[in-house]
Amino acid sequence: MEELIEILKDIDPDIDYETCDTLVEDGVLTSFEMVMLVTDINQRMGVSIAPEDILPENFSSAKKIYELIQKSRGE
Amino acid sequence: MLLVSYQFLLFLAVLVILYYLIPKRFQWVLMFTAGLLFYACGGPCGLVFVLFTVLSTWGLALSMNRIPKGEKKRKSLFILGLLLNIGILAVLKYTNFFLQNINTLLEPQGYSFPYVDWLLPLGISYYTFQSVGYFIDVYLGKTEPEKKLGHYALFVTFFPQMVQGPISRYDELKDQLFKGYDYDGGRIRSGLLRMLWGYFKKLVVADRIAPLAITIAQASEGFGGIWVWIGMFSYTIWMYSDFTGGIDIVLGAAELFGIALPENFDHPFFSKNLAEFWRRWHMSLMRWLREYIFFPISMSKTVGMLSQKARKHFGKNMGRRVPLYIASIVTWFVTGIWHGASWNFVCWGMANCIALLISQELSSWSKKFRKTHTWTESNAYSCFEVVRTFLIFCMLEMFEYYPFSSVFRLFVSMFTEFDPRQLMGGTLFNLGITVQDFTILVLSVALMIRTGFVSLKTPMREWLSKRPACIRFILVYGLFLCVLIFGIYGQGYDASQFIYNQF
Repeated sequence: MEELIEILKDIDPDIDYETCDTLVEDGVLTSFEMVMLVTDINQRMGVSIAPEDILPENFSSAKKIYELIQKSRGE
Repeated sequence: MLLVSYQFLLFLAVLVILYYLIPKRFQWVLMFTAGLLFYACGGPCGLVFVLFTVLSTWGLALSMNRIPKGEKKRKSLFILGLLLNIGILAVLKYTNFFLQNINTLLEPQGYSFPYVDWLLPLGISYYTFQSVGYFIDVYLGKTEPEKKLGHYALFVTFFPQMVQGPISRYDELKDQLFKGYDYDGGRIRSGLLRMLWGYFKKLVVADRIAPLAITIAQASEGFGGIWVWIGMFSYTIWMYSDFTGGIDIVLGAAELFGIALPENFDHPFFSKNLAEFWRRWHMSLMRWLREYIFFPISMSKTVGMLSQKARKHFGKNMGRRVPLYIASIVTWFVTGIWHGASWNFVCWGMANCIALLISQELSSWSKKFRKTHTWTESNAYSCFEVVRTFLIFCMLEMFEYYPFSSVFRLFVSMFTEFDPRQLMGGTLFNLGITVQDFTILVLSVALMIRTGFVSLKTPMREWLSKRPACIRFILVYGLFLCVLIFGIYGQGYDASQFIYNQF
């Protein structure tokens, strides 16, 4: 989770990712940012998030993104 | 059968009566038959292509689903389905464009290929994208394939949406299409009201301003300065009222049968940046492109490898940008060419792509700027952002209707030759519209802007339902009379074709 927060801070360092659950709604993560975020996650965390999983509901909060990472790892 | 023809209204009226007279379990059969009839009115050949798309995507999706994920045969069937359907669209829509480019290269050597005169089925880009979307969803395991051919065929041939979209997804329509509905007067009134608003936008605004927009767009050499501004605004108003008017008619007509199709517009001209604009304009197409082109390309293995190489050699920031840039370029190329087989549309797509990527690059600077300048939170600054986005959209549209070689000269001319006194000579009223037309247009656009502001907070029909009965009566019948009196009806009392029918 810490590594994910670190990656997210690259997008906007001022967001409190521990509590924010409206990342897509608030425009913090647009489709452009999602692509850059997933690229970073895939390369730094060694996972492979499938394109069909890039859905707004999977990116609403850091917790949701972390769940997606775990799902991609098959955990 | 045009959505603005009397035949369509008659067709719709008969269908609504039959729909609520027959048992609910047969309603979907009636709608399917109506879809075939509606489409056959445009020529039986077109119907053959639609049925081929229905049969091929339905049959291959079922066969594909019987094969476990990861097996080669499943992928082969998937590729076959894509090639067949995208292939038909590509061949019918782009062969002449391809030949035109080949001929441009060959003609200096004295060779040329003859152009083809093939039929382009009405709405082929819409129903192909809708069917292919379903097919991809089945392949990915996101949607269960439909076993009943008739059910699936209705999804593709549901007549209100066939020629102009929106591009729906099977999982959001399937339950609605087959469950059957009781007559509901409130729903019928609501659907008719939405259709009426659509007819107002199409017949009173779009068809009235079209001659002005076309005259200026087709004579790029003859106009400069303020005329470029007039042409730009009139083209934007024309396109917006034509397309949203058509969509209002489609969504209202579907509502008569109890079907809620997905919205295609969400107040795009209130957007504060171009990326937001494209999330609120032609939403169903943009969603399709995002889900089936933008994300898959950016996440593909090849792009991932390129990204890793870029990260290794040029650093983290370059590495994360590679997928974004490649996917954006491909997606906007497809967006452009989807809109029309010409370099104008490709240039328009690329211009949007460049503007969006520049905007993305400036976004971190913009966020910092906003944090250090609190006045950016004011309403005045929000207005500035809305106007700026509107102007950027309008200017990018110029790539669509002016030759590429003229666009940059016209951009310069808009500012260097700007002189409002050019309007005084009365030329405006020699460009296809009269003083009366101009007055009607100004009042109508003002009404559209006003309803836009109101519906930002409360949906228009909900707002209307809360007014006293006499006010409702005056507004609805006033609108009806406006369409009847001020609507532009061409020869044979048929209004002109919708711009978005051409796709």
